[in-house]
Amino acid sequence: MSRAAPITSLAEVSRALAEKRVSSVELTRATLDRIDLLNPVLNAFLTVDRERALESARAADARIKAGTAGPLTGIPIAHKDVLMTAGVRTTCGSRMLENFVAPYSAFVVERLAEAGMVLVGKTNMDEFAMGSSNENSYFGPVKNPWNVEYVPGGSSGGSAAAVAARIVPAALGTDTGGSIRQPAALTGISGLKPTYGLCSRYGLVAFASSLDHPGPLAQTAADLAALLNAMAGHDARDSTSVAREPEDYTRLLGEPRGAKPLAGLRVGLPREYFDDGVDTEVAAALEAAIAELHRLGATTVELSLPAVKHSVPVYYVIAPAEASSNLSRFDGVRYGHRAAKYGDLADMYKKTRAEGFGPEVRRRILVGTYVLSHGYYDAYYLKAQQVRRLIADDFSRAFAQCDLVLGPTAPTAAFKLGAKSDDPVQMYLNDIFTIAANLTGRPALSIPCGFTKGGLPIGLHLQGHHFGEAQLLDVAHRYQQATDWHARLPEIAQRGG
Amino acid sequence: MLGFRTASNPKSGESPLKVSLSRALSAMALSTQDIRRIAHLARIEITSAEANDVQRKLDSIFDLINEMRAVDTEGIVPMSHAQDLTLPLREDRVSEPDQHALFQSVAPAVHDGLYLVPKVIE
Repeated sequence: MSRAAPITSLAEVSRALAEKRVSSVELTRATLDRIDLLNPVLNAFLTVDRERALESARAADARIKAGTAGPLTGIPIAHKDVLMTAGVRTTCGSRMLENFVAPYSAFVVERLAEAGMVLVGKTNMDEFAMGSSNENSYFGPVKNPWNVEYVPGGSSGGSAAAVAARIVPAALGTDTGGSIRQPAALTGISGLKPTYGLCSRYGLVAFASSLDHPGPLAQTAADLAALLNAMAGHDARDSTSVAREPEDYTRLLGEPRGAKPLAGLRVGLPREYFDDGVDTEVAAALEAAIAELHRLGATTVELSLPAVKHSVPVYYVIAPAEASSNLSRFDGVRYGHRAAKYGDLADMYKKTRAEGFGPEVRRRILVGTYVLSHGYYDAYYLKAQQVRRLIADDFSRAFAQCDLVLGPTAPTAAFKLGAKSDDPVQMYLNDIFTIAANLTGRPALSIPCGFTKGGLPIGLHLQGHHFGEAQLLDVAHRYQQATDWHARLPEIAQRGG
Repeated sequence: MLGFRTASNPKSGESPLKVSLSRALSAMALSTQDIRRIAHLARIEITSAEANDVQRKLDSIFDLINEMRAVDTEGIVPMSHAQDLTLPLREDRVSEPDQHALFQSVAPAVHDGLYLVPKVIE
């Protein structure tokens, strides 16, 4: 292969390694060259550790030679910079942690390292995962590989752009209100938010603990399934981690089922997801995707989720409330930034936090502090938790009639850099279709289902039963077997070939 | 099959889900005093130059949030979490080694194993 050529899917890379057509060291060198080639344009990576990556690659090659390799051994990966990586800088996209070197690794980072994956770098993100465009990073915005004047979505925008530009075959992200799925949609790749509790949050720097989920981004649903196999599992260090029998999430993908592989599948179409706020081109792509699922044998059921319209307001009470508590740890005492000049201890805290946090993070801490403060707790925080229950109950009723719920991932395709950056509420509305899955804890994924006339990708959003990842991934895989949206690559990704 | 009702240019400022508003509730705006109070509680300094912009943006966020307050939630049990959780218990024994030095290696100011802060007791 030529140096810095576009990387193929995880499954193809895995085959090439198993058949010894390429070594992990060769692959890793090519990936690092590709970062050098494309990162000056995309700004997707914040930290690249060449030496460490090549050392892991040599260890992976030894495992492959010894016959002890698994399907992920030797494959390069990038992690969103909110996931702790022992000995590697972990910034959370914030000035607060600009020089913070993590003393330990996140559970999911450890799991993928044990599987033999090669960490090549840490990806750019909205500060502390708060944002939907990646413009809130202290280290500057990430550019969308399909058009560098457009945002890649957020908050896992660096991970999404790195996969979309075919720099790495996979990356990890985190999703608190849509931060894996919305950037996956805006960059034309596949992204999964697993069921709450399936993948440990240990070592994921907390934003909103009841809503945060680590998850994978890759080119295909089959690749997501292979990654989930390594990421899922019980971890006593996360009190919300669920102890369940391990599952093989790829088990349904290869089943021979003939021309109608989705026969018997009931797809729920909530009328609230097909309202007049959805962009015409997004709606048309969704219509075509539904027709494709019909051809594959699925039936559709019309549904109503009357409380889902309150998702965004509910989220913007609960998420900031939890954030204001979680981010109180950044005080300039134990780690991170400390103001250079201050008076007493209170002044040190205030100046440190004013300097260390960017405007959006400060706003959310202030909103969270307000809704938890004396006299407002019942009216805001408790009320939001009650409406959260109403939303979850809507979904429980809906799932009695269907196997999955379909909608758009985002109301529009990617928007221009700067288009919404001064209007927080307009930015929040990007996550209108993705937030409910964080409130309910249900698994959800986004896969590409078309393009706008301007050449920007459009995402299809599927939500499943709790712990129903295997079925969700199977449906996405069957759709990808019948379509080629996921296989298209942006012009920039063809460079270096 | 659901019919799509679409608009090629969703009007800015309008929620795609057409959230039913109670504008009466959203009329309540934060005062400068409120902003100062919560900034103090959150231990974040806000300069007078920033105050107007912060207030304007928080007001627009609370306009969004307040839409939720009109929902009838009489008798609804608050949902704090996506799972019905009981907190797991573990044996009360030492499970972690001493990593004092490692953890302090990332601190802004330490001396003899102690974190340094401005004097709080004379």
